[in-house]
Amino acid sequence: MTDAALADDAPPVAKPQDNQPETMAWETKRRRFVTIYLPLCCFIFILLFPFYWMTVTAFKPNAELMDFKNHNPFWISSPTLEHIKHLLFNTAYPSWFLTTMGVAIGSTFLSLFASTLAAYAIQRLRFTGSPYVGLAIYLAYLVPPSILFIPLATMVVQLGLFDSPLALILVYPTFLVPFCTWLLIGYFKSIPYELEECALIDGATRLQILRRITLPLAVPGLISAGIFSFTLSWNEFIYALAFIQSSERKTVPVAILTELVTGDVYQWGALMAGSLLGSLPVAIFYSFFVDYYVASLTGAVKE
Amino acid sequence: MNTTPTAVAAAPTRWTPPRREETWIGWLLDWKPFLIVMCLLPAVGLLTVFLTYPLGLGIWLAFTDTTIGRRGIWVGLENFIWLFEDPIFWSAVFYSVFYTAIATIGKFALGLWLALLLNNHLPIKSFIRAIILLPWIVPTVLSAIAFWWIYDPQFSIISYVFVDVLGWRDTNIDFISTAWPARWSLIAANIWRGIPFVAISLLAGLQTIPPSLYEAALLDGSTPWQRFRYITVPMIMPILAIVMTFSIIFTFTDFQLVYAITRGGPVNSTHLLATLAFQRGIPGGQLGEGAAIAVSMIPFLVFATLFSYFALARRKWQQGEAND
Repeated sequence: MTDAALADDAPPVAKPQDNQPETMAWETKRRRFVTIYLPLCCFIFILLFPFYWMTVTAFKPNAELMDFKNHNPFWISSPTLEHIKHLLFNTAYPSWFLTTMGVAIGSTFLSLFASTLAAYAIQRLRFTGSPYVGLAIYLAYLVPPSILFIPLATMVVQLGLFDSPLALILVYPTFLVPFCTWLLIGYFKSIPYELEECALIDGATRLQILRRITLPLAVPGLISAGIFSFTLSWNEFIYALAFIQSSERKTVPVAILTELVTGDVYQWGALMAGSLLGSLPVAIFYSFFVDYYVASLTGAVKE
Repeated sequence: MNTTPTAVAAAPTRWTPPRREETWIGWLLDWKPFLIVMCLLPAVGLLTVFLTYPLGLGIWLAFTDTTIGRRGIWVGLENFIWLFEDPIFWSAVFYSVFYTAIATIGKFALGLWLALLLNNHLPIKSFIRAIILLPWIVPTVLSAIAFWWIYDPQFSIISYVFVDVLGWRDTNIDFISTAWPARWSLIAANIWRGIPFVAISLLAGLQTIPPSLYEAALLDGSTPWQRFRYITVPMIMPILAIVMTFSIIFTFTDFQLVYAITRGGPVNSTHLLATLAFQRGIPGGQLGEGAAIAVSMIPFLVFATLFSYFALARRKWQQGEAND
């Protein structure tokens, strides 16, 4: 088998190796630039350009916005805070912001509470059928909100929660809990079970173990799950669009799309300022915890 | 002897109640079945009430003629028969499948490429990785609004570059005002948003591949393509399969991008099943019909989930963890 492989592969490789050493240093440097740095720069440019365009538009005066002939559209000749001021003082943006923040924090804590206990039960209190409960929770993550929003809307109306942010706090855990549970199961798996055994021998109860040993060790996992939940609830759109009607209780993404688009002439400056201000909190929050975020994203996939 | 019994009798009455109560609660909290039920209750309760029940309710609603403010009656398959004769429904089915297929191919081709680029030794790798994730962090609707502005018929920056800077075209590019350009523009926006997630997940997969495999292959005289084809691809296949399942499910049921940029227009040509269900169900008030449209997505999702399940099973078998 190895002979055959050698016979197949050896000839084509032998030739390039002959003339490689002479040009290698220069050649690889240039090749590296063309094959790695150039495409990477293109990717970064394309991925970031909409944000640049958003920012530039948000600070342009209206006259400049619609006049590409006299002003270079890629730059701002006379930056203005007019759009941001309009957003902060003439619209209900502050109250949208507070609503979204409240909903995101509330649903994050609710799902963290529920999923920590569930993950602990599934991973540590091993019982008959615990893998199946884990699988069922995983499957719950595969049920998209687009299927659920119509029946949930009727439920929300029946429960008398229509037009109330409380409905969102209760509903968001449907997509947060499966994710967080899955993430935390993986995290609890990495904590040595011997630590808990020692505590059991010393006479600690199960809840004491959870509170004094497992949770403190799982803090990075909890932070990852919390950040992920927070950004997901900040970004959620379809439930917030379907369940909230009154203008001042809308969440930021919904309000910017439905409240700022008025009439036939779009106020692009205000829209972009709104998008920018709506993205900033989550982007800043994310920038503090990038590593946790990446860890949770990749950890959940690997599990 | 006479006094001691009373003392003994007094002592237990004074001592046992707190101890017994403590042991009773302690016993209950240490009794595994009770503890398991208590721990699972919040998560399972939330998911049952707000996920499993609505799923069933949605399927039931699809067979009724419920509208907003009126309880429906059972109408059997009427909603579905009506939908099957509706060309807008079929156009939404077609566009959902088309959108999912093209966007998934695009996301995975470009995402894998980006992951391979990031897997090299780069000077500021963690910083690059952090900024690349931005499109995925920022609320989709808000970046969709930015795309809406980029696709503006009159003041599109892309048109500006092609017409005024490069001089390749005479007229502005038509992005979202006719059917096919609008469909492609939405797919482009979806690919843009999906690349970071795919790239970062696949990068995690790439980093788990032991370098010794590549070294061994290098010694055996393999070409870069052979190393990619016979080492990289098989090793990231399990993660690729899972990420792809998620991507397919969430692209197929996508709502935000289309709703923000075109709202299903021009002339209903860019409706996905989710936006059509919303349009008929919530502003249109036909909850039964909207639910029927939403329910018709389920067969596709079951297919994608089975795909994921078998990919997971295969992965466990590969790692020898079948008896875990």
